[in-house]
Amino acid sequence: MKLTRQNVEHIAHLARLEIGQAELDGVVEKLGRIVEFVDQLQSADTSAVEPMAHPMDMSQRLRADEVTETDHRDHYQQNSPAVADGLYTVPRVLE
Amino acid sequence: MSELTSRPTLAALSRALAAREVSSRELTAAALARIGAADKALNSFITVTPDLALAAADRADARLARGEGGPLTGIPFAHKDIFCTAGVRTTCGSKMLANFVSPYDATAVERLSQAGIVTVGKTNMDEFAMGSSNETSFFGPVRNPWDRDRSPGGSSGGSAAAVAAGLVPAATGTDTGGSIRQPAALVGITGFKPTYGRVSRYGMIAFASSLDQAGVLTLTAEDAALLLAAMAGFDPRDSTSADLPVPDYAAALGGSLAGKRIGIPKEFLDAGLEPASAAAIREALRVYERLGATLVDVTLPSLALSVPTYYIVAPAECSSNLSRFDGVRFGHRHEGATTLEELYKKSRGEGFGAEVQRRILTGTYVLSAGYYDAYYLKAQKARRLIANDFRRCFAGVDVIAGPTAPTPAFRLGEKVDDPVQMYLNDIYTIPVNLAGLPGMSVPCGFSGGLPVGLQLIGPHFGESALFNFAHLFQRETDWHTRVPPA
Repeated sequence: MKLTRQNVEHIAHLARLEIGQAELDGVVEKLGRIVEFVDQLQSADTSAVEPMAHPMDMSQRLRADEVTETDHRDHYQQNSPAVADGLYTVPRVLE
Repeated sequence: MSELTSRPTLAALSRALAAREVSSRELTAAALARIGAADKALNSFITVTPDLALAAADRADARLARGEGGPLTGIPFAHKDIFCTAGVRTTCGSKMLANFVSPYDATAVERLSQAGIVTVGKTNMDEFAMGSSNETSFFGPVRNPWDRDRSPGGSSGGSAAAVAAGLVPAATGTDTGGSIRQPAALVGITGFKPTYGRVSRYGMIAFASSLDQAGVLTLTAEDAALLLAAMAGFDPRDSTSADLPVPDYAAALGGSLAGKRIGIPKEFLDAGLEPASAAAIREALRVYERLGATLVDVTLPSLALSVPTYYIVAPAECSSNLSRFDGVRFGHRHEGATTLEELYKKSRGEGFGAEVQRRILTGTYVLSAGYYDAYYLKAQKARRLIANDFRRCFAGVDVIAGPTAPTPAFRLGEKVDDPVQMYLNDIYTIPVNLAGLPGMSVPCGFSGGLPVGLQLIGPHFGESALFNFAHLFQRETDWHTRVPPA
């Protein structure tokens, strides 16, 4: 399938990624080449093959439901661009 | 100090430290001086930490004086800037994390620090490890010490260049599709990627979680074995960490290769491999025959599916992993957004470079409604075909050998505008990650004055045999001792 500007704008919205109008044509062109390249896979016969999600087919290990972490909020928030009273701040969501 | 040549190995430094011929402070100060003198031209480091390094060196010297040191105690070392280091900036080569100071250490970092290693800094890399040339780094490309107009490969290009240039004897790397082995090949050093799950991924900034694996870039296989012994092992903080004992890798070095079988995939030596590189690989295989090993023809019929499969699976996982960068809790934030959606979109649009954005978009596309089965599920099935190819091969051989990269180091700028050409550079390394196998690259010759790497691939958890195969090759050849021009 050939990607259009509209396709790419939709994908970028899903990914919450702003692409400037000046860059969009270049992104459409390069992404189009990547999609065309991975489309080669469509010709592979995988009819009797189970999908593989983990290289050793391991399943997720479970652990006991015990507290292993202590409170590091103040330490972690030193990396935050904007905090107030121990809370992360963002533009107003509710009027 | 007779053993300490212009570019001493980690093992030689270790012996000199144990014999008290040199102190860690002297080695560390010398490494810092080399970085200061040479790295403007190479750009292999993003952050250098002289004060922390000298303090760690003094602690190592005290430990050695008490007779409590191990083989890594006091060795100057560098970490790829994808590993979280407590109190030290950890950028992952991205504007997004340009000011991020990690609150904790990655498990691999913690284990090496406990062994007494001395970290002098953090090395440059492709942004979020997405690249094969180091040109996607927000901090500028790394230059290949053999020819500064050429790429050192990527994504662990900073670690590779720093070790090849003798700035540090070894460094960590990570390998999702070849990011340790390919740069090791392109700068003429040893690069080791263990089996998936062998080294904890905790604190290693995630790219594609079913493929990412930590490893090392060193001057010799012996040095890699010493480092992996300290880094490997079960970690409850990594949900896919392998719960298996770690063998004594160094003890396996030197065993005879008589009767061992090396599989040569015919697809690896087909057209596409640069002729002088192919000649170097064939010569390396003759060395193995002299060492008593038998060469066996094998086939990987699904090899051609590897790169397209990878460029569905890896971007899909990347688009999920990188959704955490939202401009809210840490990382780059766009100032002046009036809505939360605008904050997300602008922070991510500004914080991520072009290649990372392409991967996020590709991943979002292949996972989106209506395309999941055709792309993502199809790729997961093709992934099994590739893994099955290797399983069939390892029923009859001990290791698989072939090239690491299709060409020697390419020029900076040569492939940067053509993502698909750049992706195809990893044709020989990507299938190994898809199958979760251990792989390594060892120097095996030159093409036009540039290093060529021999790739060795083992079965799951076959690290010991790989180290020995590479070690015996390095006893027979001197390619790994060739030093780039100053």
